[in-house]
Amino acid sequence: MTRNIDPVTLAVVQNGLQQVCNEMDLAFVRAAFSPVISEALDRSDGIYHRETGELIAQGELGLPVFVGTMQFSTQAVIQRARDVQPGDIFIVNDPYLGGTHLMDVKFVKPFFFRGRLFAWLANTGHWPDTGGMVPGGFSANATEVEQEGLRLPPVKLYKRGEIDEEILSIILSNIRIADQRIGDIKAQAAALAIGEKRLAALIERYGEETVEACIAELKERAEQQMRARIATIPDGVYEGEAFVDSDGVVDAPLRIAMKITKKDDGLSFDMSGSSPPCQGPMNSVIATTKSSIYLAMKHIFPEVPINAGTFAPLEVLEPEDTFLYAKYPRPVSGCAAEVSQRIAEAVFNAMVKAIPDRLFAAPAGTSGNFALGGHDPKRGRSYVMYVISGGGYGGFRGGDGISNGCSTIGISKTTPIEVMEQYYPVLFEEYSLHEGSGGAGRWRGGFGVNYTIRLRRGEARASMVMDHGRFGPQGALGGRDGGTNRVRVERNGKVYVPPHLSKDQDIRIAPGDRVHVSTPGGGGYGDPLERDPALVARDVRRGYYTQAEVRERFGVVLNETGEVDGTATRAAREGARGPNQA
Amino acid sequence: MGSIAGIDVGGTFTDLILIDDESGQVEIAKVPTTVDNQAFGVIAALRAVNADLASLSAIVHGTTTTTNALLERKIARVGLITTQGFRDVLELGRRTRPKPYGLIGGFEPLIPRELRREVPERIDADGEVVVALDEAAVAVAARELLEAGAEALVVHFLHSYLNPEHERRARDVAARHWPNGHVTAGHAIMSEYREYERGVTAAVNAAVQPILHRYIRRLETELKAQGFSRDLLVMQGNGGTVAASIVAEAAVNTVMSGPASGVIAAAFTARAAGFPNVITYDMGGTSSDVGLIQNSVPQVSSELEIEYAMPVHVPMVDVHTIGAGGGSIAQVNESGMLQVGPESAGASPGPICYGRGGERPTITDANLLLGRLNPEKLLAVDSPVSLEKVGELIKRAVGRALGLDATEAAAAILRIANDRMAGAIRMVSLSRGHDPRDFALFAFGGAGPLHAAALARELAIPRVLIPARPGITNALGCVVADIRHDYVKTVNRPLTDLDPRLLLETIRAQIDEGKATIAREGVEVEGITLLHSADMQFQGQSHILSVPLPRLDVTREELHAAFASAYWQRFEVELKEIRPILVNLHTAVIGRRSAVDLKALARAERSDTLAGAQVAERQVWFEGGSRATPIYRRELLPERARFEGPAIVEQLDTTIVIEPDNRVEMDEYGNLILAILPMKGAG
Repeated sequence: MTRNIDPVTLAVVQNGLQQVCNEMDLAFVRAAFSPVISEALDRSDGIYHRETGELIAQGELGLPVFVGTMQFSTQAVIQRARDVQPGDIFIVNDPYLGGTHLMDVKFVKPFFFRGRLFAWLANTGHWPDTGGMVPGGFSANATEVEQEGLRLPPVKLYKRGEIDEEILSIILSNIRIADQRIGDIKAQAAALAIGEKRLAALIERYGEETVEACIAELKERAEQQMRARIATIPDGVYEGEAFVDSDGVVDAPLRIAMKITKKDDGLSFDMSGSSPPCQGPMNSVIATTKSSIYLAMKHIFPEVPINAGTFAPLEVLEPEDTFLYAKYPRPVSGCAAEVSQRIAEAVFNAMVKAIPDRLFAAPAGTSGNFALGGHDPKRGRSYVMYVISGGGYGGFRGGDGISNGCSTIGISKTTPIEVMEQYYPVLFEEYSLHEGSGGAGRWRGGFGVNYTIRLRRGEARASMVMDHGRFGPQGALGGRDGGTNRVRVERNGKVYVPPHLSKDQDIRIAPGDRVHVSTPGGGGYGDPLERDPALVARDVRRGYYTQAEVRERFGVVLNETGEVDGTATRAAREGARGPNQA
Repeated sequence: MGSIAGIDVGGTFTDLILIDDESGQVEIAKVPTTVDNQAFGVIAALRAVNADLASLSAIVHGTTTTTNALLERKIARVGLITTQGFRDVLELGRRTRPKPYGLIGGFEPLIPRELRREVPERIDADGEVVVALDEAAVAVAARELLEAGAEALVVHFLHSYLNPEHERRARDVAARHWPNGHVTAGHAIMSEYREYERGVTAAVNAAVQPILHRYIRRLETELKAQGFSRDLLVMQGNGGTVAASIVAEAAVNTVMSGPASGVIAAAFTARAAGFPNVITYDMGGTSSDVGLIQNSVPQVSSELEIEYAMPVHVPMVDVHTIGAGGGSIAQVNESGMLQVGPESAGASPGPICYGRGGERPTITDANLLLGRLNPEKLLAVDSPVSLEKVGELIKRAVGRALGLDATEAAAAILRIANDRMAGAIRMVSLSRGHDPRDFALFAFGGAGPLHAAALARELAIPRVLIPARPGITNALGCVVADIRHDYVKTVNRPLTDLDPRLLLETIRAQIDEGKATIAREGVEVEGITLLHSADMQFQGQSHILSVPLPRLDVTREELHAAFASAYWQRFEVELKEIRPILVNLHTAVIGRRSAVDLKALARAERSDTLAGAQVAERQVWFEGGSRATPIYRRELLPERARFEGPAIVEQLDTTIVIEPDNRVEMDEYGNLILAILPMKGAG
């Protein structure tokens, strides 16, 4: 279909739509209360098609995991909405209606232009709590969604611009730290109001018809661009896999089997060989499964703009009867933060075989959610402290992975130690680089983090939902896996290790007890025996590895002063390569 | 006062402006920057105007020594002594990645791991000692770091913003073993919480301190040898100056001073011209800088990031850099969309028209083809390229894919470029709750005046101000800047629990320190101005909003009201339910220097009539088509000239495009003030 739009107008409208979303992102984050939104940037804003709910544009500052997800929840609103009026805002967090986990609360607002529904504006923000059995919502061993928190189908929280106090009071009566949520609700609604104003100005200026035509054209163009990128991948079937440590209830790994078929300018993703639905909260709803794949592809082709057209060439075969297609009432709190990252890892693991120059070895890929809840007798109040942490990224052609990179799905900053100690009765005793954790490779993985928290006052309970405790992030093209995630709790002089290694709930902690966490390192890329010995010596000088470790992993022998022993290194590397490769 | 010289070192040129206050004489020079030792360029600029150094009362110097050292990582070897258990804070950062999408890229901390040492000590979040400081361990660590070749040292302990006792003692112990005095204590540079930001800021200070110290000593020696004996002042990122004698103590304060001096000059010039609210727009070859001025006070921020994971949290004039400049490349991507930037042709090969082998069209090439730039007067041309050739290449790279001829393609490039730049300006300034109609756009830099009228129209900004000498704005900033020292102290208490006496004591301590520093500098000032502000937030938030304090003895209620109103202006949200927190107290102590009369800048041998200022006529493209357009020489424009667009005004260092419905007036300071009609739906 030719639309006959001049190329300048098209580019200007594209920029204008993007700008509307970016301004919503900015307004939301600056006014938000939840540190998960304001510091960790766990939110996203976008514009959606009035009939199909398809993505038109999405803010560039939004959390990556929301790439594409909000179109599913907007579609759920469109299907159920009756009597839509200007000023209405629907609130929804139902995972099974195009959601992620309950903590991601979406606001969806109809946008009217001159009395006609033109599009939908929507945003999502991670609320610090939505009720349920553990503060923060990251239960490690829930077995039904009801245990995870308050589930909201699409309901009008705002009616014609006025907040519905009755619905508000139901929500606030069912969540923790309710007093600050009104701040987030207002920030979330204010961001949509800014989007409304800016989008109206854009349409005023270029005309309804032109903007509509541009939107349709831009969708086609994005699809075209994505197809052009995909066409550069050699035709073939590429298989990858990744493992979740356990579901938190049954102590057995869950496997993601990713079979990617590339033909012409399309990709199809088949995950049918993956593990069946699980009892614990590591199930993923289909919307999250799909957006994890979209997100992985965006990490591989970051230059392609995001709208519904971008995803058209990506065919995701719905993995019925696996843990990647959760249905009510399967618990799902781990899907947005952890399973999504394993799905992305499986995509990377397959694609590195197809286009090694574009890819990288596996990143740490866990959000490292840790929560400590208790009562501080000195301040006379209860608290919930959250710690999120990064890990090493995978090596890539031409460079080592960075240390303490954020989760694959996030772009968040951790809270400073000085801030946490001001708010909670804890003392951090260590925050250091997880030595030895970077996977060996020609380009090695980055390093994870160690931290130690000592409780100073009052009793508390610790919970965590992490991953890669059993298997390190995968190396690529001969590179080795990164170091694993480790949790140890020192209670009254005795050490407790969670049976599921990376997931546990309600560990009782007394004053003086300590929690030690070490996060994973990234996978190595390429044969470690090909790493420049001078870089290996530097790594030892910095204390990243010991001499014994580099001898075993990289085949590099150093003398007492830390310099490379060339002869011994050559011999060690030849020995390691084996006779048939010499 | 007598004569005063402002000398600003930029990437390509070192600019000088010399104002003789008695005679009103103004001298200007532009000489090449000498990259390895900027002092040579400074001396050359002074020679170029035959300055009598013995009679100069002051030289104010803007240098990029520290900014360049940081960006190019040509920094000193620095050692760190820190709290046991925390030596990796500076390497681990706050868990992000270089770009939101794509999991590659690197990061190197300013202080390598082998030069980071831990010592037993710990202070908690109430300022209480949990582990006593082991001074012997400090001495050992300092000696080891010295032996390992560290030239500067940072002492950085947790919670030192609350209780600096350990840091002070450790600094004193270390200093006894440190031969050159380059020892930085974290709290002394910035007394704010957040260990990564404070630590990096201290590390930046140490990393550039020896370099700045050497440079300034060399320059002082050179100037002295030429007979200069009065005040040498150095520009800082906060838009104020500091005496050269103490500048290296807080060397980090000189980072990003170049963009700051441009904004200071803009504030000064615009205030004189009657425009208190200004958006500054400095467009150069590879990027553009945007700043915001309200009530003649440049916006200052303590939360700037110099590059990925390099926060420098000292107060600095809030200048945002946009990745669009004259050299930004235009191309059609694989989906057929026209894109301009962020890729840049830089200085080499540069735009096609520079004749250095560039073949990819840039914004500059589009301006040239459309007649907005004078093809005969292009600076920096090595071997001339014909207009036909430029047109051909634009057509090949852009026109063919879009079905446009060369002129249409160039116009499309311009339109997209302006649209992108306007969007970026809106994000960094207007989207913060300001109404564009209350502002004027102050355009300078080589390319700012070329685009200003179009940008203002796009943003619904009613006035554009082009100063008399757009190309030496930064040097002018040096001349007009006051002495300035900023102090920030974290309080972090709910307003309701705040003891007003604590507030007053903290501010008084800041004032005393500032006044003592000015006294130590020994520079002549006419008086002291104090600015106080409070960084505030609602409980549970992590972002802060800065609110000016009306008086020192401000009550909690007044502070609460001021914050609520600032919050409403910014977000249109009212939050009566939640308690406000006073996070930081900020005091700027400003030593006022005598004002400079800008009218001197307007002096020129002017023509009596507008016609007398016209030097040519050529076809220039404007929206709606090409038009025969008069070309004026700026120096010849008659006093108080008034005219209407379309027109092009040319001067040595820039070209000003006046769009068809703009009205222009020249004021008594030689500024051109353009009145702009907004376009439909703009803003």
